[in-house]
This record gives sequence, structure tokens and C-alpha cells, in this order.
Amino acid sequence: MANLLDIINVGLFAAMLRMATPIAFSSLGGIFSERAGIINVGLEGMMLTSAFVGVVGSYYTGNPWLGLLAAVIAGGLLGLLHALLTVKFKGDQIVSGTGINIFAMGFTAYMCQIIYGSRGASATVTGFEAIPIPIPIIGDHTPLVYLMFAVAVLSHIVLFKTPIGLRIRAVGEHPAAADTAGIDVYRIKYLCVMVSGMLAGLGGAFLSLGHLNLFAWGMSGGRGFMALAAMIFGRWMPLGAFGASLLFGFADALQMRLQALGLLPPQFILAIPYILTIAVLIGFARKVTPPSDYKPYSKE
Amino acid sequence: MEGITKNFPGVIANDNIDFAVEEAEIHGLLGENGAGKTVLMSILYGLLHPDAGKIFIKGKEAENYSPAQAIKLGLGMVHQSFMLIPSFTVAENIILGIEPTKSKLLLNRDRMVNDVKEISDRYRLNVDPKARVDTLPVGVQQRIEILKALYRGADVLIMDEPTSVLIPSEVEELFKALLALKKQGKTVIFISHKLKEVLAICDRVTVLRRGSVVGTVRACDTDMEKLAMMMVGRKVVLTIEKRGTMAGKVVLKLDNLRAFNDRGLPALRGIDLEICESEILGIAGVEGNGQTELVEVLMGLRKAEGKVFLDNNDISEMSTGKRIEGGIANVPEDRQKRGLIEDFSVSENLILGSQSMPPFAKWSRTILDGKQISAFSRDSIKGFSIKTPSEDTPVRHLSGGTQQRVVLAREFRRKPKLIIASQPTRGLDVGATEYVRKRLVEMRDQGCAILLISADLDEIQVLSDKIAVIYEGRIVATKPVEEIKEKELGLLMGGGKHD
Amino acid sequence: MIDVEQKVKQFLYRFGTELQRVLPQTIAILTAFLAGAIVLLATGYSPLKVYSAMIKGAFGDMFGIGQTLTQASPMIFTALAFLFASKCGLFNIGAEGQLLVGAFATALVGISFHGLPAFIHTPMALLAGALAGGLWGFIPAILKTRFRAHEVITTMMLNYIALYLTGYMVNYPFKAPGWVSQTVPIEQSAELPRILQPTQLSASIVISVFMAGILQYILRKTTFGYQVRAVGLKLSVAEGSGINIKRTMVLSLVLSGAIAGLGGSGEVLGVHRRFIEGFSPGYGWDGLAVALVGGLNPIGVLLAAVLFGAIRSGGMVMTRTTGVPLDLIYVLQSLVIFFVAVPMLARFLKRDRFKWRIS
Repeated sequence: MANLLDIINVGLFAAMLRMATPIAFSSLGGIFSERAGIINVGLEGMMLTSAFVGVVGSYYTGNPWLGLLAAVIAGGLLGLLHALLTVKFKGDQIVSGTGINIFAMGFTAYMCQIIYGSRGASATVTGFEAIPIPIPIIGDHTPLVYLMFAVAVLSHIVLFKTPIGLRIRAVGEHPAAADTAGIDVYRIKYLCVMVSGMLAGLGGAFLSLGHLNLFAWGMSGGRGFMALAAMIFGRWMPLGAFGASLLFGFADALQMRLQALGLLPPQFILAIPYILTIAVLIGFARKVTPPSDYKPYSKE
Repeated sequence: MEGITKNFPGVIANDNIDFAVEEAEIHGLLGENGAGKTVLMSILYGLLHPDAGKIFIKGKEAENYSPAQAIKLGLGMVHQSFMLIPSFTVAENIILGIEPTKSKLLLNRDRMVNDVKEISDRYRLNVDPKARVDTLPVGVQQRIEILKALYRGADVLIMDEPTSVLIPSEVEELFKALLALKKQGKTVIFISHKLKEVLAICDRVTVLRRGSVVGTVRACDTDMEKLAMMMVGRKVVLTIEKRGTMAGKVVLKLDNLRAFNDRGLPALRGIDLEICESEILGIAGVEGNGQTELVEVLMGLRKAEGKVFLDNNDISEMSTGKRIEGGIANVPEDRQKRGLIEDFSVSENLILGSQSMPPFAKWSRTILDGKQISAFSRDSIKGFSIKTPSEDTPVRHLSGGTQQRVVLAREFRRKPKLIIASQPTRGLDVGATEYVRKRLVEMRDQGCAILLISADLDEIQVLSDKIAVIYEGRIVATKPVEEIKEKELGLLMGGGKHD
Repeated sequence: MIDVEQKVKQFLYRFGTELQRVLPQTIAILTAFLAGAIVLLATGYSPLKVYSAMIKGAFGDMFGIGQTLTQASPMIFTALAFLFASKCGLFNIGAEGQLLVGAFATALVGISFHGLPAFIHTPMALLAGALAGGLWGFIPAILKTRFRAHEVITTMMLNYIALYLTGYMVNYPFKAPGWVSQTVPIEQSAELPRILQPTQLSASIVISVFMAGILQYILRKTTFGYQVRAVGLKLSVAEGSGINIKRTMVLSLVLSGAIAGLGGSGEVLGVHRRFIEGFSPGYGWDGLAVALVGGLNPIGVLLAAVLFGAIRSGGMVMTRTTGVPLDLIYVLQSLVIFFVAVPMLARFLKRDRFKWRIS
């Protein structure tokens, strides 16, 4: 029989931090986008694409940091696409995001087949190495995990303590007022959506370079959507979303341990994060006001 | 502004307009809805580009014009609907766009607050810099808008219908502030359609009609009748033929109605009301005193405590659908939000609310009876003179006045017991307004009880048999129309007491 | 004489306007294929060879046409599912999951009852599929109306849950002996007949076309359809006119899920005759693209489904003969979405999604 201590131990909490990282990055990305008034359900696709591009980058250069750079650029480009479709062409934001998700699914599998000859997984590449700080739980993680902390705090500062953050929130909440105050509404929206893509890129890069050192088909596994739930749970505040991401990370880490122990059929355990997401949304039955009405903005 | 012309599809908004304002004057821009005032000022402020014409500010021609340019040149716009971010503080709203910083990257909140305090004192417009805007009353919000413009160094203030949301005492405060600003050398362009106010505060008045300038006069050289003639081009009939009161039994009775608004604050604090057959009860009051919530409660769209009786039946717990079936009709104040589905055709809008009822639905209310619906539509189009190419035209293609006729046709043809008419003539031109009022009186004569809610005091006085004044969620007075005078009304609407 | 001339003029006019309406979609599709050609060139394939292999595979012979229609059939169901929900202003991206649970429920009925006559067994199996799909649409509906949970997230999550639920079922309690994760074959009495031997085309396509017609009728001619459209176009007005918003939304999502479930049923009863893990290559996502390209219109959906069915069946041939990865299909699909969705959806899907009162 499995010992409870086999499951709940220091390793679990360390894994919680690791598994929270991709969700946290994407969730912060989601916040930037939504605070500027654009819904981004394409975080999933941005993560997946970045995960792949990151691996390719590291494959050809042997350097995970260059892979990371490539991943962030890829995320930013997809963010730019989303911004073009929703801000310039005033297309439906959810359709655009879903299109990005479908694109990512197909494109990553397609290119994986082309480059590596297999649509299921790429070759192993040089990933990030853990930084051996001898403190329990928060020590011994790859750089991206520590970056997660920094980005969460930085996002909070930017949104609430800088002029640009004030403008972003103004653009999302009342674009006409921001416009008459002389703020370039379109530029801010573009910026924020691209940033959300880049942050999702960081999240995706973690999945491949910071964790498995390869790309596997569909490896984002719905985390882009969990990131949205974390964002709502955190009431569109960076620190809140970070906290919520820890919860999801915990569920993910738990799920992996349970699977390894083989106590239940894998399908039940694999479903845990998704059920948790729904539970989180249910738990938010009380009034949660989004920071924007997300209507496309047009100057007359 | 010289030779300003601006066209929109189907309408000439500004037709070769010349408009000039002098320094340190309060200049009124008068005209009906749709005369072109807002368009002209939007062009002046750089929000719109004219198709032809030039703009000169302080002698120099304005090039590459945008609101940012306009602000630099000393223009400031105070919009009719406020451009304020509800969740931000007063200070945050005022400094947005030109934020003071410390160490170049972070907001300098102390300076923000001090700067705002400083100009607030200088121009004697009291505000609390740290208060959240969505907690402040409308009069204060307007002050914030004015401060916004002044903070950016505006010498010319363009005010678009500034008094439309103010109670009389707030209007007085505003006028005092404007006169003080004039003394300090500021110029004000006062856009309005209210003759009395324009005469009270302006030095000169320019009148627009259908996109053209009719003339510019000095306020002291003219009076209300002359201005009205210039505005409309013909003698305006301000009253309507109406038979004397013949009220029957009580149709609607409200008992101690209490409700909260969207922000969780009490909106209705114990409303007691009665309306009889063949009676129009006008609710006078400045917007924001509970009228919207009252309508929502009556229609079953908002939870409330207390009782609502229709024809002696307690309908307090009834759903919206059942209330409509039970004989309540609603002419909503916001056609876009509650009145019509713009992408639906005329006939589809005409059956809205009754789509599951015979004769429009057959086979136990599941299938639409196309023939019956068509016949009803054609009948309604004729009976209400609805100007539309066909009954299948989407309603978005119709003019505002025509759209309101569709609403009237739908609501009135149900032969309701009670009609709730909220701002029924808002945004309509004189002809459409006359029509709506005429038909309301007709319905009254046919036995309907009508609850009329309007911010237009003239409308209330012309149409109502009885007037009730609403203030801060309570009915403060109910009197027959002959017994109440405008001054008293204004006082009550503003919260003052009469003896 | 004048009458005939008038009628011809009328016909040409209507044809012209209909053509005008599909013009943006046609251009979008062509542009998408152009972009796909660029991807092919960049990865070392000849677009001409690849596309012609696709077209030949899809329409070249009777077998190809049969396979095209076979692929089109489940897409019609999932597209109709997305379409119907969207008419109510709801974004059902859970068609994939609804299809899976519908397929499994159908398989369950198909394998569990012995000795029933076909005219009872088949409809029963179909009904089971619809009910299961309907349940899978009911869950997000309740989550939305009671807990304000956005259906994009909940339906997406339910896709995964359905995947794992059916995966568990077919790997443990209902697993047939052998290596493959599948159930035992269904009884012959439950099968849907093949209508174009030797292809896999079954009567499910007939059912799907029928469903398109039924949905069109519901939307245009019934009070329920009227209410659905009213809620979808302007929720605040619908609410003010007494329409029960919550009930309309729930019914829409349930019906939407049921239709997607029937898509799964069709595959089980007509094509595979059992439930096989992974039988759906993403028909739910195809449905989304088909619905958009079809202009969110039941008849347009039928045409678009043939196009996408051709892409899929032609794509399979293309992969075999040219070696291009099959996933190109998804790339093409998403490109079509980008080019079609953008101008069109802004017009079609106008609704207040977020502001409504729960009274």
C-alpha cells in the first residue's frame, strides 16, 4: 500500500512550483490582454507553438536561451496576429483565439513531422539546467521558475504603479475616455496583446525547455484555458492569478504523483486538473466583474 | 471656423458653417437634436475631420488636427456623456495622459493629489482627489470633467449639453462657476437646446438649424420666442389638446417598494403610488433618482421588496413574460438596450413579447403563424404610419422616430392596462415628438393607465393629469397638474421642501 | 410573356445576391489555400502536386466521393451544433467532447441489447447518443446560468473530461479482448446501412442533412427559434420582452450538444460499428471551421462540410501519395478560419455577452 508520505512531501511542493510556472506566465499574459480589453483564448495555441519553437531553437543552436528567445518571439508574433484580427479588423475575439489554437495544433504537428520525422515528439534538446540553491522547495529549479516570481511582481508594479499601467487599465475599462485623454488606444491594445503572447511564450518554453527537454504533441494540454480560469480566480490581478496558478500547479503535480503510483486508472487522474478548473469557475458564482466590456473600439 | 462642411451617409451634418467666438465670452450654440451642434464641436476639437473648411485658433490656422493638437492649442471639451473611468479616483482621471512621475517610471501619487487640489482651489470647483469616481454624484463628476480640461491648460471650454443631467441647484452652481471662469479670462462654448438656460448664461448665441447657421445674436437683444423661431423655423405649438381628467378605478398600486441599484446602493426607498384608468401620472425628477430602477421593478427585471398590484392582483412575484401577458406595456427609455432588436425585421419586432401567444403562435404556442404575423405587421404599419420599405426590413435601417413608432405599435396594440413610458420622446425631432405624445393621450382616452417618466419638465406638464416628484428613491409629492407650478417642481426635484 | 421575363430577372437577381454573399467566403478559402501553398513551398513540397493529389483523392472517383461525404457527415453534425449555440449567443467549443460521449452511449446501447428488431434498436441507439450529447451540453449550460462560468472554458474542459471518461470506459470496463482500445462490435440490428458500397458512406449523412433542414425550420418558423435568435442578437431586449433567458440558453446548449452527440452516433452506427478510442480526428474542430465557412447558416454548412470533407479525405490520400504530413489539414483549416472569420463574424455575432442580470 502506498504511504501518504509518498505523495505529500517536499517534492510535491517543489513540483507544484514547477507545474505552476507555465500556467502563471500564461495567466499573467491573459491579464495584460484583458485589462486592455481583448479576450485572449488563444493562450493555449501560443503556448504550444512557443514550446515547439523553443525546442527547434535549442536544437539548431544548442543553447536553450536562444531557444527561449525564439519561443518568446513566436508568442509575440501570434499575439500580433490576434491583435490584428481583433483590433484592426474588429473580428470576434474568441473566434480569432480559437483559430490560433487550431493553427497551433496543426502547425506544430506538421513541422514536428517535417523536422523530426515524427508527429508525436521531437528529438531531445539542451534544456535549462536547475540552479542548485540548497533551500527546500524553492531551491533547485530551472531559471524560468524564478523568472515566474519576478514577472508576477513586475506585472503588479507595472499595472498599478506606473503611468503605462494606468493607461492600459483606462483603455480596457473606458476606451473612449482614454482616447479623449490623448492616449493611443490602438497602440496600447496591440502592445498588451503582444505582451500576452510573449508571456504565453515563456510559459510554453517552460513546458519544453524547462521541463521535458523536448516537444511532445499537444503538450500544452489545456493549460492555456486553466490560465484563463486562474486569471478569473485572481480577479485579473497579477498576484492573485499567481496564487491561483499555484493551486493549479498543485493539482498537476498531485496528478502526476498519483499516476506514478498507479492507484487509479490513469484517465481519472489525468482529468483532475480539468475538473478543478470547472470547480474554480463554480466557486466564483459571486459577482466577478471583468475589467472591460471587450467591445471592439472604433474612433468615429 | 470657416466654411465647415461635413457629410455622413444620407445626411449633411454641417453645411458651409461659419462660426466665431471671442475671448472671455460665454457663447451659446443652440439647436434641436440633429441640428449639427455636436458634429461641429467634434470637428473643432479634432475628433472628426471636416470634408471642407478651415479652423483658426487664436488667429493661426490649425493643421494636422487631432484632439491632442486641440488640447495643445488650449481647447478643452466637456462631453455630454462623461469620459471618466469609473473605477479610477478623481485624481487618476484628471491626470490620465499626462501623469506626473517619480524616477521617470513610477506614478507620483502625492503630486497627483496635490496638483488636483491646487487647481480645484484655484477655480473653486470642489472635489476630493482620492474619491472613486463611481461613488460620486453626477454634478461632481461634471466638475471633474471641467477640471480635466483646465488641468491641461484649456482657455476655451466646449461644454456639450452640460445641464441635461443636473438638478436646478446644480445648474446654478455650474453657472456660478462658468461666470467665475469668464472673469479669469476663459472662454466657454455652451452647446444646448434649452432656450431658458442659454439666455440666462450666454453673452451671444449662434443658432443652427439642419446643419446651417441661422444667425448669431446677442442674448440681451433676443428672447425665448425669437430663439425658438430661429431654432425650428416655425411657430412651435407647446401644448396639446387634452380632455379633462376622467380617471376610473385604480389599475396600478405600489406599496412600500424598496430596491437596490446595480451598485448595491438603495435606489427605491419605499415607493407608494396609485394610477387609475384613463389617467396619466407623470413622474418628474432628474435622472438617477430611481426612475430606471422603478421601471425595472415594474417590469419584473429587478428584485424588490414591497408589493405591486395590477387590477388588485398581487403581481410582485410574477415573471416579466407573465406581466406583459397580464397587460403591462413598456416604452423603454433606451431603445437600443430594451426596445428593439436592430437586426430583426419590423414584423419580428412587432411581435416581440407576444411571439408565443395566439394569434402569432399556433400548435400550442410552438410554431409561428406567418400569415397572421404578416397581416398584423401590415396593419400596424398602416395604423402607425411606419415609414419602411417593407415589413421584412431590419429595423436598424429606420430612423429614430420611425423606430419609436414600431415600439408604440407593438406596445399599444396589445391593448394594455398599464403603459410605462420612459423618456418616450428623447432623441426625437419635433414632428416625431408630437406624434408620440398624441398617441399617448389617445391611449389614455381609451382607458389606459399611463406611467410617464420624463426628464423633460415641459413634457410632464403638458401630458400629465397628476404629477409625482421622485427624489432619492422616494415620492416626495403627488398633486394634480393644475395645482403645481414649475418653480415648485424644480425645488422638489432638487430635494427642497415646500410648505 | 412579361411574367416569365420578370421571373427570370428575379431569379438572376437573387442568384446574384446569393453569389455576392458567398464571395467573401470564396475569396477567403482561396486565400487560405494560397497561404497553405506558401507553407508547403517553405517546407519543400510542391503545392501543385499536393493540392492536385488532394482534389483527386476527394473527387476523382466514386470511392473518393464516398469518402468525402463520409468525412463530411460528422462535420455537419458538429457544425450544426456550434451554429445553433451561436445563434443564441453561446460559444460551444465542446462539440468534440459531446460527439465522444454520444458515440460511446450509442455504442453501449448497440452492444447491450440483443434480439431487438432494427427499427427499434437503431433509433434507440441514436436517441442514446443524442441524450448523452445533450447531457454534455447541459452541464456547461447550468454552469453558465447558475454560476456565470463562461462556456468557452467549461466546454473546453469537458472536451478533455469526455476524452478521459470514454477512454477509461473503452480501456477498462468495456474493453474488447485484444490490443486495440475498443468495444466489441455492435449488434447488426443497431447498424446504420451503408448507402454507397464499397465506401463507408452510411445513412448518417442522410440524417445530417435532415438535421440541417430541421434546424433551419426551428430557427425560422418556431417560437423557440425566435427566442433563441432574440437572445443571441440582443439579450437585454429579449430579457425586457419577457423571454426566459436562462431557459432559452440551457435548451440551446442541450440541443446543440445533442446534435453533436448524434454525430458521434452516426460514426459508431454507420462507419466503425463499435467505439474505438481516438476514432475522431478532431471532428469537433472541423465543425467549428465548417460552421464559420458556411456562414452560420444550415444550408451553407452542408456546402462547407463537403469542402472540408474533401480536404480531409483528399488529405489522407495526399499524405499517402506525397508524404506531406496530414496535419497540414489543420493548418489549412485555421487559415480558413482566420480569413473567413474576421470580416464575417464581426457582423454576425453581435450580442451582449457579458452584461445580463440574474434576477
